[in-house]
Amino acid sequence: MRSTFKTLNLVFVLLGTMSMSACSFGTPNASINDPYEANNREIHAFNKGLDRHVLRPAGQVAAAAPEELTIPIVNFADNVGLPSAVANGMLQGDIGGVATNTMRFVINTTVGVVGLFDPAGVIGLHEEQTDFGETLAVWGVGEGAYVELPVFGPSTQRDAIGFVVDLVFDPLDSVGNMPQIEYGTATRGLDLAITRGRFMETIDGVLYDSADSYSQARLAYLQNRRFALGETPDDTDTIDPFADDLSLEGFE
Amino acid sequence: MSCAFFSRRNFLTAAGATTLAAAIPAPSFALTASQAEGLVNTAVGDINGVIASGASINSMVNSFKGIFDRYADTAYLAAYALGNDGRSATNAQKQAFGDAFGVYLANKYGRRFNEFAGGQIQVQGSRPVNSYIEVQTVAVLRNQSPFQVDFHVSDRVGRPVFFNLIVEGVNMLLSERAEIGALLDARGGNLDALIRDLT
Repeated sequence: MRSTFKTLNLVFVLLGTMSMSACSFGTPNASINDPYEANNREIHAFNKGLDRHVLRPAGQVAAAAPEELTIPIVNFADNVGLPSAVANGMLQGDIGGVATNTMRFVINTTVGVVGLFDPAGVIGLHEEQTDFGETLAVWGVGEGAYVELPVFGPSTQRDAIGFVVDLVFDPLDSVGNMPQIEYGTATRGLDLAITRGRFMETIDGVLYDSADSYSQARLAYLQNRRFALGETPDDTDTIDPFADDLSLEGFE
Repeated sequence: MSCAFFSRRNFLTAAGATTLAAAIPAPSFALTASQAEGLVNTAVGDINGVIASGASINSMVNSFKGIFDRYADTAYLAAYALGNDGRSATNAQKQAFGDAFGVYLANKYGRRFNEFAGGQIQVQGSRPVNSYIEVQTVAVLRNQSPFQVDFHVSDRVGRPVFFNLIVEGVNMLLSERAEIGALLDARGGNLDALIRDLT
């Protein structure tokens, strides 16, 4: 019940500021806009519990499973995500990305046996990852505030809206074949566990070995997301040992 | 496992230049792209050597500490991580923090290197940014899409050294400053307690 309230709260937060976020173009550096921190921290605690009791143990099982089993699952899950990436590429006017992802989907679905294998990757056609959050960014929608979503973890208002849109409008439903539509969601769940297992130490490091896992996850997510969207800070903003902003006296 | 783009000639050039630079007073020394790239190749070679040695995790962490001391701007890293919290510290505390921070980093990252086992770092190129050189590389790990790792190299101490690492946009110094700040907060701002706990 409590978590339902949290979810409603979050939806309210998202809707309430959507009208504002369109005109607040965020400054793309390490700046953090987190007015809902108190609420976010509660969701973070909930997510951490979920990881400890569900995802992490599943990751341990996945890490112990043979690669002959896990790699086809990862391939299949990546492949069913491609139609959505193609649609978003079109909305962004990214012709190269659309071409690569379309070829990948066609080759891996046919030659790669409904996507269980990755012959496209072998010939250098790697996925150009994208989503509706990126589409919104390309359209000029501001990043909005940082939000941690229940179950799905770190996000921003813009990315959270993108996430919901991608979930509701998935072109796989019209272009995918029967096994892809039937098992798409399940394999994406398994893919999550496999990824958790593969990055066990790094994710454990952020969640359980850091002094403030909420702020570490927030910082890593925002930087990585801005990097993926090409919103990296400009060169005048970088950390430079020759800049006079830090006294090194006593350290050397 | 050696670095894919590592060539003997590159290494000798870099090594030669480093020796030469040591003989020249620091102000006239200008870091070149090939020196910065050479540093990345050498350090990655050393790290891969340690991983391939199959030594115990504690012995590997010790080796990583040695590599860190050799190739990183340890004083700058410690000063940046401590940030404003270091303003009121005594020189003895700063020195002790610097030592403790090195041990902490080697422990933290040394234990994660098994995720890197069998991986390669391929140098793609480099570019000057302000007063340092950014060496752009691609990390190729098994069964995983390649990802971008940028090494920031400067000659502040008179030889090429790393002072920052950016993995897919995630800036190591920023993360460490946040972490050290949080560790200090958890100890009521007591730097001596933090130094004790890091070592």
